[in-house]
Amino acid sequence: MMPMTAIGALGVLTYAFRLTGPLLRGRVTVPAAAERLFADAATVLLIALAATAALTAGHDFAGWARPAGVLVAGVLAARRAPFPVVVVAAAAVTALLRLAGVH
Amino acid sequence: MWPRDAALLRDVGLVCLADGIVGVSFGAASVAGGLPWWVPVALSLLVFAGGSQIAAVGVVLGGGSPLAAVAAGAVLNTRLFPYGLAVADVVTSDEAGAGGATRGPRLRGAVGRWLVRLIGTHVITDESTAFALRQDDGTRRRAAFWTCGIALFVVWNVSVLLGVGLGSALHDTSAFGLDSTFPAVMLALALPTLTSRPIRVAAGAGAVIAVALTLVLPAGLPLLAALGGLGTRLPGWRRMLRRPPRPRGAESAGATVTEDELTAGGRR
Repeated sequence: MMPMTAIGALGVLTYAFRLTGPLLRGRVTVPAAAERLFADAATVLLIALAATAALTAGHDFAGWARPAGVLVAGVLAARRAPFPVVVVAAAAVTALLRLAGVH
Repeated sequence: MWPRDAALLRDVGLVCLADGIVGVSFGAASVAGGLPWWVPVALSLLVFAGGSQIAAVGVVLGGGSPLAAVAAGAVLNTRLFPYGLAVADVVTSDEAGAGGATRGPRLRGAVGRWLVRLIGTHVITDESTAFALRQDDGTRRRAAFWTCGIALFVVWNVSVLLGVGLGSALHDTSAFGLDSTFPAVMLALALPTLTSRPIRVAAGAGAVIAVALTLVLPAGLPLLAALGGLGTRLPGWRRMLRRPPRPRGAESAGATVTEDELTAGGRR
């Protein structure tokens, strides 16, 4: 469950990140190392999230249909397929596998 | 404010189309996973950053605590800070250079100026920043930023609403494979940023840590533990810190993010 306070908190934090730049306008530059840290942390988090969301459900393996769909999406994304194609392909592969009895 | 620039409008339209599809799938998968309709809707209005919204909902749907969801979303959104620096001149629009006042949103007076700044701040995204940085003069930067920012805000929220309706209408959502769209979107967002071997190693280590711990720890914690994968990057950062600071060029834009870095950073 996601209570309204949590949504509000994420909203406030996000707005604060957005606002700091314009407020500091022209007075600071972000050290390159810090900028890389932000970018790397986001990448690591996204990949970890993608992996857990693709492979696990609760504390268990999610089954084969979902990871297969995500894998196809990953291959398409790596080949620079348009974003909508990537998303629709993921759902379609998973749905077709389930239709065929693979779960 | 609205440009008569066909190429810009076409590009913004394509980005809106892509994000609209993600928005529909985000709304549908959220309610299909069992969240009330107002969760994706409120997130889209108040947070307005797709990656972090999908991450937060993904954590909660995986059984994680709201705190873990907020932490994951917040880490993803730290990148908005350097974006804010890069587009500060177009967000705080009125006093900006030649022609500025004529092309910024026309709201007069102190209250109006503040309102424009507050709205402009909220529509700082990967896309609006990338579009702004692609232009070379101030007027075009402002037009590109505002066109993309406002259009995306409208399209994103409408598409999430549509998705919520769709997700509520479907009975057996797993049959449609909607659960694959979250990880697929996150993968598509992250892949373009895996440009060097060290970051690939860090991300791979993080993914292994997260999946292994998910089998034993309460949801949410494994994700934060994945940041431990960043430890593999320590030597690289040390080298960077020892390097002399960059000359302060690009003063007018306050730009610390280049367009290449942004597009490599991917879409929301």
